[in-house]
Formats: sequence, C-alpha cells, structure tokens
Amino acid sequence: MHYDKPPMRHVNSSSIGPGNEASISSATADPIIAFQEVTYSVKGRSSPLLSQISMAVNSGETLVLLGRSGSGKTTLLRLINRMLAPSSGQVVVEGKSTTDWDAIRLRRHIGYVIQEAGLFPHFTVAENVGLVPKLERWDPARIAARTDELLRIVGLDPKEFASRRPAQLSGGQRQRVGVARALGADPSILLMDEPFGALDPVTRAELQREFSELARRLGKTILFVTHDLREALLLASRIVLLENGKIVANAKPQEFLRIDHPEVNAFAASLQAVPGAPA
Amino acid sequence: MTPWTFFITHRAEIWSATLDHVALVLIAMSFAIVIAVPLGMLIVQHPALRTFSLGLASVFQTIPSLALFGFLIPIPLIGGIGPRTAIVALVLYALLPILRNTYVGLTSIDPAVLEAAEAMGMTDTQILTRVRLPLALGIILAGIRTATVITIGVATIAAAIGAGGLGTFIFRGVAMVSDAVILAGAIPAALLAIIADLFLALIERRLRLQ
Repeated sequence: MHYDKPPMRHVNSSSIGPGNEASISSATADPIIAFQEVTYSVKGRSSPLLSQISMAVNSGETLVLLGRSGSGKTTLLRLINRMLAPSSGQVVVEGKSTTDWDAIRLRRHIGYVIQEAGLFPHFTVAENVGLVPKLERWDPARIAARTDELLRIVGLDPKEFASRRPAQLSGGQRQRVGVARALGADPSILLMDEPFGALDPVTRAELQREFSELARRLGKTILFVTHDLREALLLASRIVLLENGKIVANAKPQEFLRIDHPEVNAFAASLQAVPGAPA
Repeated sequence: MTPWTFFITHRAEIWSATLDHVALVLIAMSFAIVIAVPLGMLIVQHPALRTFSLGLASVFQTIPSLALFGFLIPIPLIGGIGPRTAIVALVLYALLPILRNTYVGLTSIDPAVLEAAEAMGMTDTQILTRVRLPLALGIILAGIRTATVITIGVATIAAAIGAGGLGTFIFRGVAMVSDAVILAGAIPAALLAIIADLFLALIERRLRLQ
C-alpha cells in the first residue's frame, strides 16, 4: 500500500509502507502541519468555533493546545485528520491540503488518542493495538510482532495483557493501550485529545512522566490538547493558547508565563489556586 | 375426559400440530429478521425513514391480532385462507421488537468508541460491520427473542384463518367447551415459548460474554 505522494515530500518513506518515518523526518525545516487562515464555523452559531487560525507545527515538536472548554482546541485537532473540514482557509499536512488527502489514508497516517481511550470493548488489547495495521492489511505475523513491541513501549507486558479485554483493565492501563493503538502503523503525527483527563491525579502524573520520556524517544510530532497548564508546561516544547477560537499566545513553555495577556494570566493564576502548593 | 387421556389418545395429532406451529413461527421469524435488521441499519442513517418505519411497525402492533388476520384475508396475493396469510400477519407483528432493538443497539454505542473508529481510518462500512453490528448484536438478539415469544403466542390465533398449528386445539376446545382440548393446544404452545426463550437467552448470554 502506498500513500499518494504529496508535492513537498518531507520524508524518505521506507518501501514497506507506513513505517519508520518519524526518525528521519525531524531533520527537515518544512512544517509537517500548517494552518493557513483557517476558519471553522457551524450552521446556527453566530461566532465561528475557530477564526483565522494560522500556525505551523514543526516535525518532532510536542505542541500543546491549551485553552478552556469550548475554546476550540478539539475542533482544531479534528481539522488535522479531516474529521472536520475548514469552512475557509486550509490545513496542510505533509505538504498537501487535508481536503486533497483521501480522508481514510490521512487518518491511518495519523495516530489519535482520546480521553477514556475509546477502546473497542469487543476486541482484545492486542486486536485494539493491531487495528490500523490490520486495516492496512499487514500480514498476521508482522501485526503480532508490532503489537508486542508497542505494548512493551507503553509499559504493558504482552504476555499478561495481549488477550485481555478493555473491561479487564484499569483506567491507566486503558490509556496506555490507547497510546499503543495510536502508534499502530508508526504514524509520524500523533493527535492527543486530553488523553490523561479522566485519570486519577497519581496515575495521571505517572503517565505524564512516562509519556514525555516516550515522546522524546520516538521523535513523533505530537499535538496535545489539555486545559491543564501544569500538564502543558511539563510536556510541551511549545504552547499555543486558544481563547474563543483564536490563538492568543504561542510560545515555548519557559517563555509562556512571561506573556502579558489576560488569558495567560488567568491560566497562570490557576497554578496558584491552592495556597501553599508548589507552582 | 381428563386432559391427560386426551393427550395420550391424540398425541400424534398434537405432535403434528406442534410441528406446523414451529414451522409457522420459524418462517415468519426468518422473514421478520431479514426485513427488520437491514431496515434498522438503514434508518440509523435516514431520520425521515426512521420515524415512518418505526411508526408503521408500532401501528401493526396495536391492531388486535385476530383483526389483523381478518383484514389480510381479502387482500390479493398475500391474503386468502391458510398459512400464507398467517405468516404475513406474524411477520408484521414481529417487525417492531426487532426493528426497534436493531436501531437502539446500533445507536447506543459509546460515542468515544465511534470517534476512535473514525479517527483510526475505518470506512463507514468497516465501522458498521466491525464496530456497530458486533456491539449491537446482544441487543438485536434480545429483540429477536421478544419477537419469537410473541410470535409463538400470536400464531395460535392463526388457526382462526385455517393456518393450522396448536391454535386448532384451542379453538376446537373453546367450541366444545372442553378444557382438555384447550390445554392440548395451550400447554405445548407455552412450552414452545419457554424453550425458545431459554434457548435464545443462552445464545444472548454467550454473545455478551465474548
């Protein structure tokens, strides 16, 4: 199976299909994802969910989209794998507008992790993780090897977990499987929509730590949605703050808190919400 | 005459009526499933068709069964006296539980699961066959189970339009004012309903455990 060749191919794709791209791609300068004056509106709403969004995401960065509920973070994420199409402007993924991509191809090329994981309850852990490779018609032996590898990457012993059902896992384990599934066909881009949002604080901190280490090691381009500034500061190589469908800040984490903008200040204040808690 | 002696002396006749009854139910249920399950899949995508078909199926259910059999007799092709008319009526009765459960089963799936399926790059057909249908199967089967039990009961009335089956004994017993003859039809019909219910419950449980 081969992807349609985008005009500005940023990677030297290996001949075996969707795989091993991320490690090569980080060297180039072209943005892997670019938003060009993107507006997204729905019928029956006076103000657009996103208006005039322009930004570029470089290969290998972990870009955190921060904002309150309803600020447009998830909408922005869903424009990237064409779960939504822009009302105007365009989203360019690997040199090609998402509307020129075949939606199915594009989605299998991009990993996606959501809150509560959204695992298929009638599939085993291994079947969940091997889903995209199976859709891509890999041969069974290769799928099995890939599944084992991915479970180990996310810290689950394949012997113990491969044949379990999602219902037999804890929340943290389910989320690990969700991450493994998103990495299935070795996508270069990973979209994560509040993946740790539903976990208890201790498990969340554990997964955040492991995940930031994993993200560095895998060299994927990651777009991570959260409303938690602490999480953003921990994971991001860059933070984009959204307010009412507009980008109001776009900075490296160490510079982010120095920006003087009411919404940045509001988020900064949330860090000090508990008296005596370390900021 | 006690019911027991009637049972013994007419056992061959009762057995053959039971087989007729089972045949009526099986044929009617096959048609009902073949119509209602695909229709249920269709109405998930088409809201206009949904209101119409669920409404129509509900209307069939509200018509008293004896009246429905009567209404069908004068209709050309599907009407007349005999099993064919009875099967049409039974199918109409069985539609609603299967249709409704298919629709409910397909639409009551965790939105996060459907979102994930779409985001993983599954096509609409793959989402239907690999996610929605397998997850809805238990609920669809529950609908089939309800419909089967209803059909076994309603099929006894089919004897009124000459379709045969266990209802023959019930109508004859009523006419003869003989409890024994009524029971010769009612007891096997009740047993059939219980057996069908238990059997389908077993399959349902197997499916849910998977």
